[in-house]
Amino acid sequence: MNFDADVLVIGGGVTGCGILRDLALRGIRGILIDRGDLNSGASGGNHGLLHSGGRYASSDTETAAECRIEGEILKRTAPQAIDACGGLFVAVEGDDEGFIARFAARCAAAGIDCAPLAVDEVRRSEPAISERAIAAYAVPDATVDPFRLTIEQVADARRLADSLFLPHTEVTGFDIDGGRIRAARCRDTRSGEARIIRARQYVNAAGAWSMAVARLAGCDDVRVLWSKGTLVIANTRLTRRVVNRLRTPGDGDILVPGGTVSLLGTTSDTVADLDVIRPTPEEVDRNIEEGSVLIPALAHTRFIRAFAGVRPLLLPTGGDGDGRKASRGFTLFDHVAQGLGNFATIAGGKLTTFRLMAERTGDLVAARLGNREPCRTATEPLPALERSSWTEPGHSARTWFAAKNPADSILCECEMVPKSTVDAVLEMAPGAEPQMPLRAIGVRSRIGKGTCQGSFCAIRVTSHLYDRGTYGGREGLGLMRDFLAERYKGTRPVLWGPQMPQAELAETLHCGLLGLDLIDARGQDGEPR
Amino acid sequence: MNPEPRRITTDVAIVGTGLAGFAAAVFCLDRGIAAVQLGHAGALTYTTGYFDLLGYDRGRSIDDPWRALADLGATWPGHPLARLPRSTIEQAFRRFAEAIGDLGIAYVPPGATNVRALLPTGLAKTTSSIPRTMAAGAAALAEKKRTVIVDFIGLVGFSAKEFVTNFAADWPGLSSAHIGFPDLDGGAEAYPEVMARALEVRATRERLAARIRAVVGDADCVGLPAVLGVHAPDRVHAAMEELVGVPIFEIPTMPPAVPGLRLRELLEQAMPARGLRLVSQHKATRVDLRPDRIDFGYRDNFGEVVIEARTAILATGRFLSGGLVAERSGLRETLIGLPVEQPAGRGDWHRDDCFDVRGHPINRSGVVVDDDFRPLDHDGVPVHPGLFAAGAILAGQDWVRQRCGAGLAIATAWRAVDGVARMSGR
Repeated sequence: MNFDADVLVIGGGVTGCGILRDLALRGIRGILIDRGDLNSGASGGNHGLLHSGGRYASSDTETAAECRIEGEILKRTAPQAIDACGGLFVAVEGDDEGFIARFAARCAAAGIDCAPLAVDEVRRSEPAISERAIAAYAVPDATVDPFRLTIEQVADARRLADSLFLPHTEVTGFDIDGGRIRAARCRDTRSGEARIIRARQYVNAAGAWSMAVARLAGCDDVRVLWSKGTLVIANTRLTRRVVNRLRTPGDGDILVPGGTVSLLGTTSDTVADLDVIRPTPEEVDRNIEEGSVLIPALAHTRFIRAFAGVRPLLLPTGGDGDGRKASRGFTLFDHVAQGLGNFATIAGGKLTTFRLMAERTGDLVAARLGNREPCRTATEPLPALERSSWTEPGHSARTWFAAKNPADSILCECEMVPKSTVDAVLEMAPGAEPQMPLRAIGVRSRIGKGTCQGSFCAIRVTSHLYDRGTYGGREGLGLMRDFLAERYKGTRPVLWGPQMPQAELAETLHCGLLGLDLIDARGQDGEPR
Repeated sequence: MNPEPRRITTDVAIVGTGLAGFAAAVFCLDRGIAAVQLGHAGALTYTTGYFDLLGYDRGRSIDDPWRALADLGATWPGHPLARLPRSTIEQAFRRFAEAIGDLGIAYVPPGATNVRALLPTGLAKTTSSIPRTMAAGAAALAEKKRTVIVDFIGLVGFSAKEFVTNFAADWPGLSSAHIGFPDLDGGAEAYPEVMARALEVRATRERLAARIRAVVGDADCVGLPAVLGVHAPDRVHAAMEELVGVPIFEIPTMPPAVPGLRLRELLEQAMPARGLRLVSQHKATRVDLRPDRIDFGYRDNFGEVVIEARTAILATGRFLSGGLVAERSGLRETLIGLPVEQPAGRGDWHRDDCFDVRGHPINRSGVVVDDDFRPLDHDGVPVHPGLFAAGAILAGQDWVRQRCGAGLAIATAWRAVDGVARMSGR
């Protein structure tokens, strides 16, 4: 199947989705593609932290100020995806006194509201913080649900300009003629089918993959450093606010509350291969060891899962390749010097600054299309769509309870997700398709996110999908197997204590009862090794 | 005031109320050995109901389990089943199946070859011994009989359509029907256990049979999720077949499922009547290895109790049942602190792909035993002359992936009871 649009945006992360909406607000129709699904890369593999800028104040005033401004804009325009819980920077005995002493001034330089707090007072309001704390500051950090942000942006772009999102669509090459890209040759990574997408402008927002996409267009000016970061999710909310370690950034020094859980991270390791990104037990241990210095309870907390993302950091010429020191800034490449007039790459940056990245990209693309509409994302609220709030913990349960329909059985008991939510996701969610994978349903709802990590609900949802005719053959079993294998990548490094019996039960269910170890990824009887 | 603990003296203390523990209890009673069995819930509830002997080797199904068992030592050195002669495994398996049958859950005895049994996904699995209530399913698959699979309004996690769709290529005569279960057809979630208990009442059977008859059409056979009674499944099954007029079989369902509940309730009720002293829902909290006996302490509502046993069988299972615990620093046996054979570090416990057909290294971890199934200490010496181990806690096997759980539990229990009998002079 072939497609045409004004603009093709490559990369379904928060930036690509932001660009799709930015353009739609200017009346420009785009097609967004991703080789996986929404937020398959760094946008889905981060803390969900909306930085006040405090984290970068000591090293990069410009990025810190950008974070501050963008954080304020998002709190105004997308409050539904944000918990303005506030943040703390806390130092413990042994931390660098000089760093602590300079912190308030550095924040002031970036315009960040930073208030010193008495340590006793902080420990009264956040009892989880170590009694070895020696200094604390309050900053306006917040948390953000990146899934809700991407889903709502895609939905809004569809509403505004009939823009389209195509999941599992990978660029394999560009047809270039006379200094312009004429078409993107793509491949459906599920079916293997070829797709041609023709647009007037092409935008590369492929994050960690942006260097590879630029090269497909013959551009070698994009240089990205891959910095893998591993995070781990504790099953309780240990603090009300975001807690940052007040020191030069290192492993396990940010704890971010998210609904009823806490996210601890992150590590930073340069990697050379994007296809083997998974969290390891060693990285989890590093986070816990460092994190428990600030929050001692982390040493004996139950962890639900770990996950890893790759920060696509821009590599300046002559940089030494250290991910912690590399800039969190972003660059828009217009590729004119590379001989192309309708291709742009946006690379680097952060979740917090995605809107600004989208604005700059939108300005360039709109100008190239002769569109004179200004960017409106800084003021136009992102519509809170009822149907995208399924990613919000507790939302499904509340809707279900209010409806009082006993026939609407709960499919996911951990997160209280009923049949009706799954049906609504299948019918209305951005990127919904006839044979929707369980993983895609998981991205758009709370399915698989609770303490059982999908062990039970995968079975119940799959049966429901067969019942309603979504699946008509073995592919449904293959998709359940794929979903469980993906969840496993996250649970494997935290399998100890009470998680191990869960894993053993999962093994009993998925192999013993379902026979999923006997089939391959397409659901066919496996080739014996 | 701290009253003296109550004391129970016995030939053998069996710790664990899973399949291995109950098999050991059956074999002890057979031989006139006085037994006290102690344990809490256990993982028995999670069984499909099928009794596997040895079904798979790295994802490849095994037709002749006896030949595979004879060859097992070459590929799995130290596998508990490779350390037992065929005669022991066969005798133990047959005797246990017979004992369970006498109690009211008949099994088709293990034969010379494995059979293909049905899974709720619409896949087949290779197993050895099938409960009578499920037997017609394996036969229907083998003979590709025209069969209608029935599921129920409100039953979550079981789909007749899923089953039929996935078997379609292999079994053309399959069709599905979706009906209401009597009195549970209002749409609210309907639980297998509730249906199973309801079917112990004749009137419910008659009403359900009428609804099934309405959808049978020209099918020769009917498949249902496993709901045919908890306490007397064979009777409920026979009655339903008579009422419907064609062979009926059950298909296992996801937990909370009836087949495991059946086994547990049956064993917990019937075994004490046959002389077993069963202390269920209690966990040993203290063990004292004395020169001539082993003491197990536990607490009930009236205070502390000490079981003074001449011998003991440790059948506490793995992580799910609490026999083993995983700490970030390593794996530990919880009750006695026995050495646990295990991979070098946490990074080596699991493979990258959860469905890797080789299984995870941690699956093979466990307690190492001598040829009499006595746990060994770090120097390779039995920890106690009267202490034996049986079932999933044993090292060197992967019962889930190999589909050898029942065989492992039953045969190693038999061997452990051999040791107990010798020590007890029976």
